[in-house]
Amino acid sequence: MNVFKRTFRFYYDGFSNLPRWGKQVWLVILIKLFIMFIILKIFFFPNFLKTNFNNDSDRSNHVLENLTNIN
Amino acid sequence: MLEGISTSLVDWSRAQFALTAMYHWIFVPLTLGLGILVAIMETLYVKTGNPEWKRITKFWMTLFGINFAIGVATGIILEFEFGTNWSNYSWFVGDIFGAPLAIEGILAFFMESTFIAIMFFGWNKVSKGFHLTATWLTAIGANLSALWILVANGWMQKPVGMVFNPETARMEMTSFWEVLFSPMAVHKFLHTTSSAFVLAAIFVIGVSSWYILKGRDIVFARKSIVVGAVFGFLSIIYTIFTGDSSARDIAHYQPMKFAAFEGLYNGSEGAGLVALGLISQNSTDPNNQNLKDFAVKIEIPNILSYMAFLNWNAFVPGINDLIKGNEKYGVLSADEKIARGKLAIEKLKAFKEAKKSGNVALADSLKTEITSPDFQKNNFKYFGYGYIADKDTLVPSVAFSFYSFHIMVVLGLYFIFFFLFALYYTLKGKIHKKRKFLKIAIWTIPLAYIASQAGWVLAEVGRQPWVIQDLMPTIAAVTKISVGAVQVTFWLFAIIFTTLLIAEIKIMMRQIKIGSKTEGGTK
Repeated sequence: MNVFKRTFRFYYDGFSNLPRWGKQVWLVILIKLFIMFIILKIFFFPNFLKTNFNNDSDRSNHVLENLTNIN
Repeated sequence: MLEGISTSLVDWSRAQFALTAMYHWIFVPLTLGLGILVAIMETLYVKTGNPEWKRITKFWMTLFGINFAIGVATGIILEFEFGTNWSNYSWFVGDIFGAPLAIEGILAFFMESTFIAIMFFGWNKVSKGFHLTATWLTAIGANLSALWILVANGWMQKPVGMVFNPETARMEMTSFWEVLFSPMAVHKFLHTTSSAFVLAAIFVIGVSSWYILKGRDIVFARKSIVVGAVFGFLSIIYTIFTGDSSARDIAHYQPMKFAAFEGLYNGSEGAGLVALGLISQNSTDPNNQNLKDFAVKIEIPNILSYMAFLNWNAFVPGINDLIKGNEKYGVLSADEKIARGKLAIEKLKAFKEAKKSGNVALADSLKTEITSPDFQKNNFKYFGYGYIADKDTLVPSVAFSFYSFHIMVVLGLYFIFFFLFALYYTLKGKIHKKRKFLKIAIWTIPLAYIASQAGWVLAEVGRQPWVIQDLMPTIAAVTKISVGAVQVTFWLFAIIFTTLLIAEIKIMMRQIKIGSKTEGGTK
């Protein structure tokens, strides 16, 4: 068996023989990653500078404006 | 004050970051410490060939796996927050943070995810030696991941190895090694990881004590307690040494934090350490509610001077010295630092306007001036002070800093005796008779978490108002977004993390009740 097949077999056997606690934590991990990357990241946590400005020069100017605009 | 930024927005953004960081830190220390403990237990199995050690290793490995899995990626939310809520800060530090965080990401992904699979799936499939190596590499990988995060945090507490580029409004790294080996970063890493080892050792002893109280898995529990107590004792001694080094760093680079956590208002030579104290409810200064003296205190003379500068009679500046200045000891006043910071901001503004109007010659001359070593040393060093409208805000919460420091220290001292008693009773074969001690051991688990969180409260609340020491206050770091948006995500996180914590506790408690008989719950 080549190394890729052996590696696949290793993970396949591992995941198919997960104990109960293992299945529970994988469920928690998958739900958590879904909430974090599909819900939170997209709907609640856009990267402010990447979303609102097209290039690094505009981002620099925006931050420079913020940092020097004091009362 | 920055235009359009309300204190409410800053407070909610800080509260949100604190909430996520503190929840994240519930999972991390157990992973860091338990990983090493499991590796030690497996080493004992490989060395002795005793199957009992294999059973012990597998059981603790299961609890390590549950904690690791529930905690994994909770730190990524902090990175989301950098981009959304702290965009000025993220941009400002981008080049400095980029390198350590990228290394952390690569290390965490490749080292932990590869070797953790061998750890859990590799029993009977790879050789004993290879499995042991994978276990050690998982534990070391987790701790190395922490290194890069703590290097980034250490830089925020003491910025080194960089220069500010006014063209890009960013810090640029001039020396990776200076950032990596900054004393603040090194001591922070050693102190944080060794304290995580202490927490994990207490966890092992506490859970094992529960088994002895229940009269089951006695041999397993005793062996676990011996490993936990020896590892915990060595770790707490090392934690105290690294804490001492960290305190000295703070005295040198963050004197206001040092004065706040000792409640030192007026500096003196041969300053005493307040071993125990209660802060008065009444303010010492009617204009600043933050300044409250002690109602009661027990002070040990000269210790604070020695702790800060390794000199029994050294001068330790107090809060008032740092605000009003102290010419005799070369302490600049807050007014002077604010004036220097304002000049740095004005120069940056003039540079920005010259660039915008196309006056290349003026822009070039201002850039040369801003980046000159003289300007960097005398003005840019105090850049963040230019945003300070009220100098009293330069004083962090004394009560928060003082109590979090003292809770951490008192509990740390208690842990020394705890480990010694655990080891003594177990080696003498008396541990099963010491039911009171066994109950105390279980209740010491939450105390370890309290001590661990108190350390971070001190580190982060104590450095306020700075997000980057002297260079950027929190008010200049936040993104101008609506307070409502931050409040929504604050409560969203509170719900998600609490649910995760409940899930972890439930799965872990169930596995603890099952015990070690099932070889760590594997089929």
